[in-house]
Amino acid sequence: MGKIVEIEGVNKIYGSNKVVRDLNLTVDEGEFLTLLGSSGCGKTTTLRMIAGFEEPTTGTITVEGEKVEDKEPYERNVNTVFQSYALFPHMTIFDNIAYGLKMKKVPKAEIKERVLKMMELVQLNGFEKRYPSQLSGGQKQRVAIARALINRPKVLLLDEPLGALDLKLRKQMQLELKRLQKKLNITFIYVTHDQEEALTMSDRIAVMHDGVIDQLATPTEIYEHPTTKFVATFIGETNIYDGCITSINDGVATITLENGAVSVSCPSDFKLLEYATISVRPEKMKFSKEKVEGFELVAQVKDYVYVGSVLKCIVVLPNGNELKIERLAGQDLPEIGSKCYPYWNVEDAVLIHNESYYIFEALNNIQLA
Amino acid sequence: MAGKINHKFRANALPAMIMVGPVAVIMLLLVAVPLIYVAVMSFCSIDEYYNLTSDFTLSNYGRLANSDYIKIYGQSLLIAFLTTVMCILIGYPFSYFIARTKSKRKKILYMLVIIPFWTNSLIRIYGWRTFLGTSGWLNSALMALNIISEPLDLLYKNGTTVLGMVYCLIPFMILPLYTAIEKLDGTLLEASADLGARPVSTFFKVILPLTSSGIFSGSLMVFIPCLGYFFVADILGGGNSDVIGNLIERQFQSGNNWPLGAALSIILIIVTLVLVKIYQKLGGDMDALGV
Amino acid sequence: MERKKKRLKNFRIGFCTLVYLFLFLPISVIVVNSFNATTSKPYMSWKGFTFDWYVKLWDNSSLLEAISNTMVIAITSTILATIIGTLGAIGMYRYKFKGKGLIDGLLYIPVVIPEIVLGISLLTIFSNVNIPRGMLTLILAHVTFCIPFVIFNVRARLAGYDNSIEEASLDLGANRFKTFFEITLPILAPGILGGALLAFTLSIDDVIISYFVYGQTKTYPLKVMESVKSGVSPDVNALSTLILLATIAFVVLTQGNIFKRRKGGYGV
Repeated sequence: MGKIVEIEGVNKIYGSNKVVRDLNLTVDEGEFLTLLGSSGCGKTTTLRMIAGFEEPTTGTITVEGEKVEDKEPYERNVNTVFQSYALFPHMTIFDNIAYGLKMKKVPKAEIKERVLKMMELVQLNGFEKRYPSQLSGGQKQRVAIARALINRPKVLLLDEPLGALDLKLRKQMQLELKRLQKKLNITFIYVTHDQEEALTMSDRIAVMHDGVIDQLATPTEIYEHPTTKFVATFIGETNIYDGCITSINDGVATITLENGAVSVSCPSDFKLLEYATISVRPEKMKFSKEKVEGFELVAQVKDYVYVGSVLKCIVVLPNGNELKIERLAGQDLPEIGSKCYPYWNVEDAVLIHNESYYIFEALNNIQLA
Repeated sequence: MAGKINHKFRANALPAMIMVGPVAVIMLLLVAVPLIYVAVMSFCSIDEYYNLTSDFTLSNYGRLANSDYIKIYGQSLLIAFLTTVMCILIGYPFSYFIARTKSKRKKILYMLVIIPFWTNSLIRIYGWRTFLGTSGWLNSALMALNIISEPLDLLYKNGTTVLGMVYCLIPFMILPLYTAIEKLDGTLLEASADLGARPVSTFFKVILPLTSSGIFSGSLMVFIPCLGYFFVADILGGGNSDVIGNLIERQFQSGNNWPLGAALSIILIIVTLVLVKIYQKLGGDMDALGV
Repeated sequence: MERKKKRLKNFRIGFCTLVYLFLFLPISVIVVNSFNATTSKPYMSWKGFTFDWYVKLWDNSSLLEAISNTMVIAITSTILATIIGTLGAIGMYRYKFKGKGLIDGLLYIPVVIPEIVLGISLLTIFSNVNIPRGMLTLILAHVTFCIPFVIFNVRARLAGYDNSIEEASLDLGANRFKTFFEITLPILAPGILGGALLAFTLSIDDVIISYFVYGQTKTYPLKVMESVKSGVSPDVNALSTLILLATIAFVVLTQGNIFKRRKGGYGV
């Protein structure tokens, strides 16, 4: 698989606002890559720079080995599916889809053939003569995708394309998009703030935060081994503990928290006395009526919420922090209000470098100097 | 980085100039400059041959306080006020009825308001004179029917001028009101009734506040032109009910004292500015005036 | 309850009928008078029915010249104002530049200021720079007061405009020029058309501003103004009746279609 899009050292600055900072990203051919983040994280700006609607302030963007940052959008072999669909309201569905081919001066007969074929592919046959205002949201969505795909772009950029659809339709379109991408073998760069969408569809996810990519990895990796606190909290539900590594023995670290010490398996890049964050998914959390070796946390059961197959337990630590624990329904559980001891298998917790630790260290150095 | 910024600038400057340039030139040369020139002229003098001289003087403004003039300002403001009130009183219920009718002919009813205004306004005003004059159709008809023995003296009164002004300007009241009333959500009226409001309270608490934008813009577009429509006062008022526009017109056409005419125009400009400010204070949208 | 409703309905119909009577009364006077056989000024009393004026009309060369002047001025200034105004509205919507606020403010002046003030200010400036008054000054004046109406109409349309539609066009391979003609203009068309129609209406009916800048080139309204003093002759009424018929025909033929398309076609 070759590289198809390479972004190197890209910055985008509006006035004093750094929207994208020192971005480096390589997208492989045929890949489904998602830029995931909350609004204002720079994901849409990144997409728009690839499309050519925005110019990077510094840095280079390469598509198929060719630098494109000075090229107009109509000179780039990428196409975009817009969040608002941006269908031309004064043209029929047929003319909307045919637009790109008309601009390329493709012969009429071929246009007709390709448009009809594309409409079949996205299941819109029979809608040629309709206008966009006569379509439902899901149908408009299909037109927007068809209109972009018909140009056989090397890369398709999708800016929150499913954002305006209702949940059921969104789920259905997710599968359909994935099917199309596999079938046509086109590189998709997909922007969304919906982590579930990102997890189900992507080959790789780039989690963006404050203009930088926090982590770029496969969905499993992102979910199971988040490398920053932001990624851990943004993707799925998790329980977070901040503490200090007070001992490391045989790859298991003891972390001292405000409410007592706990144990976590410790990768080699963590040092003794380092401040670190622990992330444990609710489904990996356990609690027992008796104390567990290596865990000093004591909590009180606050509530149980029954959600189908699992039972969500909420327990409260002495400092008021709430922990979420998921258990299979029907197990023997401590009563509400009673004491319990939360714990986990040491390999089920993820240890994350704590950024505030570095700040703390830097401050220390300044003081020393 | 400087190069990049330059590149962007070049990309935008040319199309921006092509698109906005002509408007900017026309607005500056044919609106801003002439108005400034009029303001300057209002401080100029004229020699005995009515030629402009550049001597600075305040005498034009002094002459504005002439008692004959003051009477006309008052009369002009009164005519404008009465015209505006009449336009609201006629225009509001009328707009309400046609905007909220369930009739299929709504569009036709609306077009029927506009069609008369495709005929030249002077001729229509003259039509009123033909109708109302002492030997006009109304008097002839009434006399033929023996209802009156002497022709009624209907022309050349402030009332006739107001009638003409209302006639000329009422579409500027009806159209914004129609738009505002048509936009009104019918369920609001139902909600108001549901919550126990009688029709009268619904009108004052719900309908009127939601359509006030139309009343404001309509009033502005009726009141201000009234001060200048000299031809209506000429044809129907016959010199007895002049407006400020007549004073200005006389100085520029027969009187030939342009600086005095300029000073009179400044009054109109000031009145306009004050009214526009009030309109904006009331939350009026300037763009709504020209659509 | 029923009775009350019925009374209200009768009141509505009665009130609206009175207003329509008020609006159409002078028009009917004009139409009826165009068939008046009277030949003595001020052409008010009824002397019998005739079609003569519709024939004589074509011999009144100064009246015909005036109407042709009016049409030339209205068409020229509508076209110019529509082009300049449309470009200006889009440019001002799209770009930021120095003095934008000033231009914006100036645009409101011709709309709100009494026409007579605009008329005399144009007169003074034309005479100051020695532009001979005539066709040119009339067209300049008409273009000036028509532009804002075009701009406001186009702007109203731009308010609901989704910028990504233009981006989509660029994305699909159309350059800026093509995008403007394929996408921007067609979408703004109803606003542009509305503005143009308004500009045309204002131009053919303008008396006050034209009155100060016409020189020797008389327009139809000015011709009427001139004859007001001695009495508007029935051939002018005949011409007005013809114009009225033409405009009604125009409205029925085109306006009906415009409304239909606006409603059923596409909305942004």
